[in-house]
Formats: sequence, structure tokens, C-alpha cells
Amino acid sequence: MTATQERPTAEIGKDRRRKEDQRLITGRTRWTDNLTLPGMLHLAMVRSPFAHAEITSIDVSAAKDAPNVVDVLTGADFGEELGVCINAWPITPDQVTPVHSPMPADRVAFAGEIVAVVIARSQAEARDAAELVDVEYDELPAALDLRAAVEDGAPLAHPDLGTNKSALWVFDSKEAGTGGDVEEAIAKARTDGVVIEREFRQQRLIPAFMEPRSVVVDPTGEQLTMWSATQIPHILRFALAATTGVPESKIRVIAPDVGGGFGGKLQAAPEEWITWAVGRRLGKPVKYTETRSESLMSAHHGRDQWQKLTLSADKDGTVTGFKVDLLADLGAYVAIVGGGVPVLGAFMFNAIYKFPTYRFSCQTVLTNKTWTDAYRGAGRPEATFAIERMMDELAAELGRDPLEVREQNWIKHEEFPFTTVAGLEYDSGNYEAATAKAREMFGYDELRAEQKRRRESGDRVQLGIGVSTFTEMCGLAPSRVLGSLDYGAGGWEHASVRMLATGKVEVITGASAHGQGHETAFSQIVADRLGVAFEDVEVLHGDTQVAAKGLDTYGSRSLVVGGEALVRAADKVVEKAKPVAAHMLEASVDDIEFSSGRFSVRGTDQGVAIGEIATAVFTAHDLPDGMEPSLDSDATYDPVNFNYPHGTHLCAMEVDTETGGVKMRKYACVDDIGTVINPLIVSGQVHGGLVQGIAQALWEEAVYDDSGTLVSGSFVDYLLPTAADTISFDVDHTSTPATTNSLGTKGVGEAGTIASTPAVVNAVVDAVRHLGVADVQMPCTPERVWKAINGAAGAGAAPTEGAAMPHFDDGVPNQAPGATGEGDTL
Amino acid sequence: MTRISLTVDGRKVVDDVEPRMLLVQYLREKLGKTGTVVGCDTSNCGACTVHLDGTSVKSCNVLAVQAEGSEVTTIEGLAQDGQLHPVQEAFRECHGLQCGYCTPGMIMQSVDLLKENPSPTEEEIRLGLEGNLCRCTGYHNIVKAVQYAAEHGGSTGVSAATPADVEASEPQETGAHV
Amino acid sequence: MIPAQFDYLAPTSVEEAVAALGEHGDDAKILAGGQSLLPVLRMRLNAPEVVIDLGRIESLRGVREEGDVLVIGAMTQHSVVASDPLVEEHALLIHKAVQHLADAQIRHRGTFGGALAHADPAGDMGAPALALGAEFVIAGPGGTRTVAADDFFVDLFETAIGEDEILTEIRVPKHTGWGAHYEKFVRVAHQWPIVAVAAAVRTSGGTIEEARVGLTNMGSTPLRARGVEAALAGQPATDEAVREAASGAAEGTNPPSDLNGDADYRRHLAGVLTRRAVLAAAGA
Repeated sequence: MTATQERPTAEIGKDRRRKEDQRLITGRTRWTDNLTLPGMLHLAMVRSPFAHAEITSIDVSAAKDAPNVVDVLTGADFGEELGVCINAWPITPDQVTPVHSPMPADRVAFAGEIVAVVIARSQAEARDAAELVDVEYDELPAALDLRAAVEDGAPLAHPDLGTNKSALWVFDSKEAGTGGDVEEAIAKARTDGVVIEREFRQQRLIPAFMEPRSVVVDPTGEQLTMWSATQIPHILRFALAATTGVPESKIRVIAPDVGGGFGGKLQAAPEEWITWAVGRRLGKPVKYTETRSESLMSAHHGRDQWQKLTLSADKDGTVTGFKVDLLADLGAYVAIVGGGVPVLGAFMFNAIYKFPTYRFSCQTVLTNKTWTDAYRGAGRPEATFAIERMMDELAAELGRDPLEVREQNWIKHEEFPFTTVAGLEYDSGNYEAATAKAREMFGYDELRAEQKRRRESGDRVQLGIGVSTFTEMCGLAPSRVLGSLDYGAGGWEHASVRMLATGKVEVITGASAHGQGHETAFSQIVADRLGVAFEDVEVLHGDTQVAAKGLDTYGSRSLVVGGEALVRAADKVVEKAKPVAAHMLEASVDDIEFSSGRFSVRGTDQGVAIGEIATAVFTAHDLPDGMEPSLDSDATYDPVNFNYPHGTHLCAMEVDTETGGVKMRKYACVDDIGTVINPLIVSGQVHGGLVQGIAQALWEEAVYDDSGTLVSGSFVDYLLPTAADTISFDVDHTSTPATTNSLGTKGVGEAGTIASTPAVVNAVVDAVRHLGVADVQMPCTPERVWKAINGAAGAGAAPTEGAAMPHFDDGVPNQAPGATGEGDTL
Repeated sequence: MTRISLTVDGRKVVDDVEPRMLLVQYLREKLGKTGTVVGCDTSNCGACTVHLDGTSVKSCNVLAVQAEGSEVTTIEGLAQDGQLHPVQEAFRECHGLQCGYCTPGMIMQSVDLLKENPSPTEEEIRLGLEGNLCRCTGYHNIVKAVQYAAEHGGSTGVSAATPADVEASEPQETGAHV
Repeated sequence: MIPAQFDYLAPTSVEEAVAALGEHGDDAKILAGGQSLLPVLRMRLNAPEVVIDLGRIESLRGVREEGDVLVIGAMTQHSVVASDPLVEEHALLIHKAVQHLADAQIRHRGTFGGALAHADPAGDMGAPALALGAEFVIAGPGGTRTVAADDFFVDLFETAIGEDEILTEIRVPKHTGWGAHYEKFVRVAHQWPIVAVAAAVRTSGGTIEEARVGLTNMGSTPLRARGVEAALAGQPATDEAVREAASGAAEGTNPPSDLNGDADYRRHLAGVLTRRAVLAAAGA
């Protein structure tokens, strides 16, 4: 028993280097594809080259005869044990939802859909044999264009459903009682105000996590084990049980080191289901790892909306109403979140503003393209883009500074908590403070002066300044709210804290990290909460047998929901330890105080460290009468509200008016994410988020040709930026702590992505607005910008050409087998 | 099958391989060097970068048989005598990684870059890493890590900062990263 | 991700390589640096029965002078070309262009001859080689022959190299003292050029005496902008004069339309980039 102890410095707020890094920088990682089990077999998928076709026959005989092939299976070879891919969020009671077999036997609905699986002793042999599977198809007309697909007489993505329209989801502030009638506001503005009407395209994106998906199934034990490169081991376990008839208690799902997800690994994927079924069928460990081409073609895509927007305002710039009509492309199937993605945006179009009226409608649409689902931000980037582009358009229409018009309409800091026109209660924020700081960091006035000089001199390179003052709802999610939206699960998170005999602390979280740094940040939280050393905390996660309960990682929820569960579990440990401390110190429990890892008797210097109590509880030789010999505690936390980080992002873009080429000059952002646990990790989340949002504005697009083939099907044509295409960012923070969790934290994982896209596009448009440009469709390619400047018809809005450079075409002369001798070398 | 013999991370190895086997597959499947990973099929991503006879190459773009008689260094052979390479240290110090999947390739290319140009400018670093994709970091802290490594012995492979120094410098570094 | 099966031959002399090619003919592919071939094989867009690796033929590597000509071995890696002082002195255009090719790792492996023989119309080496009037030495069963640059590029991915022949070296007339610039237009750094312009000029007292201009990705082969070259001769190296001459850069070209831009946009780019390349080459 120590009488005195040095007070440890606070861990929260410290820029701890990550615990995860040692293994990652030395190559001692456990990616799913690294796993090799005795007798393991390898899978190769045979995929449809057609967007929509009936499967008329599949001849697997040649493939079955190939060396070391164990079996070749098609959809017809399986019964119900194959299961189905689930949609967990039917957004309306009458949603039209096609049945999604992991491997359909009769008809394919997008190019890349799996029609057969080859199982062989090596990956190479499986691939060799997959080439020998002979599938005959009868091509069907395909629904490809989102807007055309809702027209009468359009080809049907699923002929048996009789329509491409899946669900219509509507929110109207008048009906909901959260505001007035938007039509009335617009009508009034048409006579004596300002009405801004625009149509924006949210192009189709691909999450493009760096680690291709991989899944291993080991059926040889009493429990069936699946390792998967997934964000959602717990949800997978539930879905496997629910759809394949294996009791949940017989399933163990492990997400080992996972190389990024960004929503793209939040899925119950056909590849997982097929590998599961094959493993069970053959009774052998099996592995499937996708190629990058397969990943781009068949892992779910994101965004893909048309947004029709009407904003009404008084002549003085006060917004009176906002009306949003969306078409959202689901692709061929309704994915696990599916149509819920645009609905997550429904509450965010009014953003940080005090709009009196608002109406949102979203029609989800089935097409014969890859399915879409969550991608970093999920619904909120689309909403933020729409409103922040519109606020710039309003400012331009009024001839006013875009920051000034925003300030006129935003919620002032003294007005929190504030209930919005979409019915959400924002707990905290200070838009004035974040904007003032960002403005100064950016050098807003100087850049505006430079812009003016360049305009006046007719400089070849024009400068534009883009603004985005964003907020988002994150920390998914209060279970009651999810229930009211017909989501199929809750939004709680679970944590356990185990006090080990040696004084070490094991923390188990139901959140499942895939690059975020949970092991570090959660260690900091627990170290502070229990007053133990950062190094003495071990965070365990991502294995349903270790972390038995959880709802995984997405929607910027790990810290604000999972972290809160952890805080509560840690606090329970302290409460359980108090009677032991009282017993050891021969004092009354009521006199025991806990601070910095030490229990002491009020008003004395008598105390005992938590580690000593852990040891005492382990030996259990002398505990208070009737006490269970354990300090270990669990907590399951269901958030009471969403969480509303916000920030002001300012972007300066240079536009070469001769080529249309765009170049980022400066990017400054000030995000208010409440209390920061680890500033190093937070800045990393912001940088990465920014680049993904910037990439939507400038580079990325999943392009299909008119037969439904993904043209941007490799990293040659799906343009991810490199270090050479990006700049260093000026990132800072203001802090108004959240009032709905103990630590005052707000989510940060998606903030950069949500905020940056409109800032960049606003800057591009601002650079050339004086040349008559009012919009450039994303991605703002040099060609689009140049055409917009030069006033071509439909300037800057033409769809992207559905053709790629022929570097890796199979049609070019010297790539046909046996053509001209000299080698392909670059 | 073709017999090859080469040196990988300082150890001589001899194997019979199919000519079609890629160097990266050889490393992963035959030698169990799973630190080197595959991220694409078009040689864009650079995740598989290793050193072949002292220069960086994409090991998905080299056949194992082409490496006959060569010396290969992977991320697993970079640390010497239990001491991290300064570039490894720098990536940790500057939070130059998140999910870590691109990291082995990114580190191997950074080592090569600093060998050819011990004091690169930010622009030279960015151009030097154009063959390596990262989806997590936005490159900001990767660039910082290479700069940090350049100042701490990254071009020679001898760490100028002992781990203790790195620990001690932590609080002062805060401002530089945010 | 894994190529189909093939047999592998690694000859150590050009004669051996030509003999192997003669034996296997259509079924064989030549492997130089492999930086384009291997992705093609991995994605199974091609499945040769035999791969003949030139990597063990030492005589195909290196840069040397022969009088007024710089000789670059076909198997010389891009990184070697980039750092070779002879190339920098006598073929500055190639020295500059090769630094823009792909990325560092690929430049370590990929070869000068391989890139030219691959004849990707968006490849970075074709236009500079064409602009400098390079000659291509090709070995076949009957010995070697030399093909002029104008005759070398035949079509998309197609050159004058016969089925039974191998490119052994590239002879580049020295352009000592010429200014040079390679203007490459991309959306992201690791892309092939949407359009690029290779320009070399000989100037004297602010006047362009001679100019050589090559265009990348403006047709099915690299192209030489002879009209621009002629219009530049004798002109002052000023923005105005070069702008006028460069305005005809797209004449006679047939650029592709794809997701990076349509043909009209590429024609426009060709004019702008030609002006910039020439002015930069002239040091103006």
C-alpha cells in the first residue's frame, strides 16, 4: 500500500505514437490473405461479362478435369445453404427489393456478378481452370442510365419486378411539424425574392481500400471460423446465421488486420457467402482473395445520385426554403445499407442553417450496374455538397461574399441546443469561431485581393476561392431513431474492461478498427479513466470470440459510441474496486475517493493503487464479505443523440484557362470535433478524409460504357491521386465539447471527406465565374473546365466518355495471343 | 519448373518455381514473407515494392525467375540487428500510416528515394512517391515522414535518433503534425 | 493476378534470342523490362506459350557514342538513360522526357527499347525518339537492319519489327547544344499522358534556327509535327511567333476520345502544349 504516488499526466489530448505501427512498419501484419491453413483450397470466381443476361448453360466439365481442381460449383449446385445477401434497411414498407443470391443460377444483373466458383489446390490452378468454364448467356436489355431508368418503357433491371423504382422516401417539414411549407416559400420568392435552381451530379465512386477483400473459412473445428477483410465481423456473424441456417453460436468471425474500408468493407458480400458455402460443402479450409480488377468491378460502389435543388431566399439573402429531389442509383441490388445511404443525408441538407422550410424526396432506382452502398460520409457528403454549392450560388446571385451570406443564415453559437428544420437537435457548435480561425489561417482577404488582381489583368491562370461550412450527423446511432427509420438493427456499442492479476488491463471493444488507431486512442481513454499506464492497456477487437458483442466500425461511431461504452465499463470497474479499497484501508466506502489510479480515504494520505486492488481481487484471499472476486465490467451504450462535428474549410484553386487544368494552391480547415483524444490520429483522419473528398471533386469516377462494362476497371483509369497530385494542408481545430457523451468527443472519420468536395468545386467555379461559368460537373476534369470556359453547349456537364486508353485492352494487335514478337515493355 | 537461387533479406534461398510465378508470390507463398503485399494488377499501386539489387521495383512486375542470382530486400529485412531503419522510425514518428497496407511499399520506395536524393524538397518527395498509392493518409504525413527521415539518417540507413531520442522529442513535435 | 503457364527462355546472346524466336514464332513473346508485358499477362489478356527474356544479354545494355550518333542499347533501363551524361549532353530531349515516364520503380526496370517496341501511342519515349530522328537497329535471322524513325511506328502497338526480329539498339543523332522540353499533360501523376509534346530547338541569338517537335497520344502512333517545325524555323523565340507556329500542331492528327478527353479537346491541347514546349526548349 503506497501512501503517496505521482500524478500521471493526462493521456487524453496527448499525441501518442500509435501502438499499431510496430507491426505495420516491419511487415509483421496479419492480413487475411496471409493466412495459410493445412490443406487449404483456393477459390477463383467466374464472373459475368454482361450487364444483364440469362444464363442459358454452364459447362464446367473442362474446368473440373483441369489439374488439381477439386470442384467447380454453380448456383444450381447449391440450395438454401448458400444463403442470400441481405438488405438491413428497407427504407419504406413497400420498397421493391430484388432477391440477391450470392451466385444466381438463372440471370445475371450486372457485369461482374459471380456465376461459378472453381476450387483448386492452388490459387493459380483455380484461376487456370476458371478460364475453362464455358458459360452461355442470352443478353437482355440493360437499365444503365439512372435518369433513363425511371422513364416509362425503360429496360428493366429485374423484369420480374415490373419497375426500376425501388422506394420513394419523403421528408416534409410541414408534414413533420418541424417547419413550414417549402412550396409556399418558393412561390413567394419567385415574386419578390431569389430562387436558385440547380441540378448536380454525384458521380459514382469506388471506395478503393488498398487491401483487396479476402476471406478464409475454416470448417474443421466445432465452430466454423471465417476470417474476412471486413469492417463488420459482428454483423457478418449475425447475417451468416440468419441466412445460412448455422446457429450463431457455431460461428466465429475474425477481422484480422484490415487494410482500409471507407464503407467499402461494410457489406455482406457474395464472395463471403460463397466462400462460406464452399467451405461447409467441402469440409476443408478455403480462401478467396480478389484481384484489384474484381474489387473495382464487384465490391460495392458509392454515391451516384442526381440532385435537383431549389433554394428560395429573401432579397436580403435570408434563406426561406430548400427543396431537394434526388434520384439515387442502387445498382443491381439493394445492398446491406443500400437505399439508407441517401436517407442518412436527408437530415443534413439544411446543414448549419436556420431554414424555415424544407422538403426532401429520394427515389431509389435499380439499374444493371454494380450495387452501391456506404462510402466515406454515406449520404452526408451528397447533402453537404448540395447545400454548400447552393450557398455559393446564392452569394454569387446576390453579388455578396459567400462567407457573409452563410453567416447571415447559420445558427449562432448562443442558440445551441438548436432543433433544425429536419427535426434534429444539434447539441453544440460555434460556427463563428471556426470560421474566424479558418479565415485567418487561410489568408482569406489576401487571396481575395490576388484573385481580383488576376481577374483584372486577365491572367492566364485564374484563382478561385471555395467555401464549405459543414456539419454532419455521426456516431451512428440512437437505436430508437434507427427503429423509427426501419433499420434492421440497433446502434449501441459494447465494451469490456478486464483487470488482470499483473496489473495490466485488457480492453475489449465491439468496434472493429481497420486503420483508424483504436488500439492507441482507446488505450489513452482507459489509461486516464483508470489511472494506469498507457503501455499497460491492451485493446482487443475484431474477433467475435474475444469481443463477443459489438456493432463494428462505420459512420464515425467508434469513439463517440464505442468510446463512451468504454468509459462506462471503466467507471464500473472503479465502482467495483471501491469496496475492496475500503476493506483494505479499513475505511467506509463512502469515504473512498478515486483519482488518477488511486483510491484514498477522504481527508487522509492513506491510499491504494488500482493495480494493487486488482491483485487482491485475483488472489481473493481477503475480500469484503459476499463480494464476487472480479473487477471486470461490461457496458453497452446506446447513444441518446447523434453527434454533430462541424468546421469551416477554405480552398484556393488555380485554373489554367488555356488547358482547363486545375491545381490546388492552398487548403485550410478548422474542424470542431469537441474533445480531441489524440491530435496526431485526428490530423491523420482529417488529411485522409480531405484527399478522398478532393478526389471526388477532381479525379475519381466509375465510368460505364453503353453496354454496361465498367470502363474505369483498373487503377489505370479509376484515378486515385498520388502524393504528386496533392498538397500539404493547414489543419486546426476549435473545440466545443459534445454534451451527449462523457468525454465531449465528436466523430472525425468522415469530416474531411464530407467537407472538402464542395470547397474544391466552389473554388473551381469561383475562379472562372467571371468568364460565364456557373457550374462544372464532377469530376472537374480539365476537359470539362475548358469546355465550360469556352461556353460549349451543356458546358462542363457532358457525361464522361465511356472509353479508356487501350493500354490493357485485349483487342490491341500485339496483345492478341501469338501476335508480333517484340515484347510489351514500358 | 525452373531452379532459382537468390538472396532474400540476407539469406540464400534455392527453389524450383514455375516461370509464371511473380516475385511477390514467391516472397509471400514460398518464403512466407507476407510483409510484402499485393494491391493491384496493373502495377499502379506500389504496395509490393521491394529492393532488387539495391533499387526499388514493383515485385508484382518481376517474375521470380528474373530474380535469379539477385539480392532482394523486403520490408522484413530493413531493420538491422533489431534496430528499425530510420525511415521506419520516421513513419511511426510522423503518423505516416493508418491501415498500413501501402506502408511496406511506401517505406521501401522512400528508402530508395533518400538513397538517390538525401535531401529532397517536398516536391521531390511527392514526385518520388508517385508510384505508390495510399488511400488513408492523404500523403500529408507520409511526406512529413520522409522529410523527418532525411533529417535523421534516412539516406544512410543508420538511425541518427535512438529510440530514446524519439520518445523524448514527442511533446515538441506536436505542432508540426497538426 | 497470376499469368497463365508459359515456358521461359533466358538467352545470353542476340543470336540465341533470334534463334529461339525463330523456333517458337507466334507462340513466343519477348520480355524486355516487363513493365507492360507482365500486367498484360497477369490480367490474362495474352497467354504466350514461351516467354523469351532478354535480360541476360549484356550487349543490349548501355549508352555509347559513335561519331555523331548516340547509341542506346535496347535493354538499357529508363533510370540509366535518365542519369547518363552522354544522353543529357547529346539528346537532352530524351533525358528530360524519360524522367516523366511512369514512376521510379518502373523506370528502374523498364527499358528504352522495350518501351519503343511496345509502341503504346501514349508511351513517353516514342515522340522524343521520332522528333530526334532516331534509327532502330533490328536483328533477325538474316542479320541486322536499320529502320528510320518515320518508318518504325506502324500503328497502335505495332512497329516495323518483324515476327522473327528483335530490337537491339536505338541510334540517336546527336543534338548537342539543342534546348529541349517534354510537356506532358496528365490529370494524375501516374497516368499515361492525355497529350504530350516533345520539342527540341536550336537557337541562335534569340532566333529559332531549327526545331523538332513530336506529339504523344495524338493518333495511333507518335507523330512528328513537321508543319510546326517548318513554321518555327527562322522565327524569333517569342510567345507571339511560337504561338502562331504552334497553332497548327494538331493538323493531320487523329487523336482518340476517351474518359480523359475527346479528340477536339486533345487537338486544342496539342496547340497549347506545343507552344509551351517550344518556348521552354528555347529557354524563352
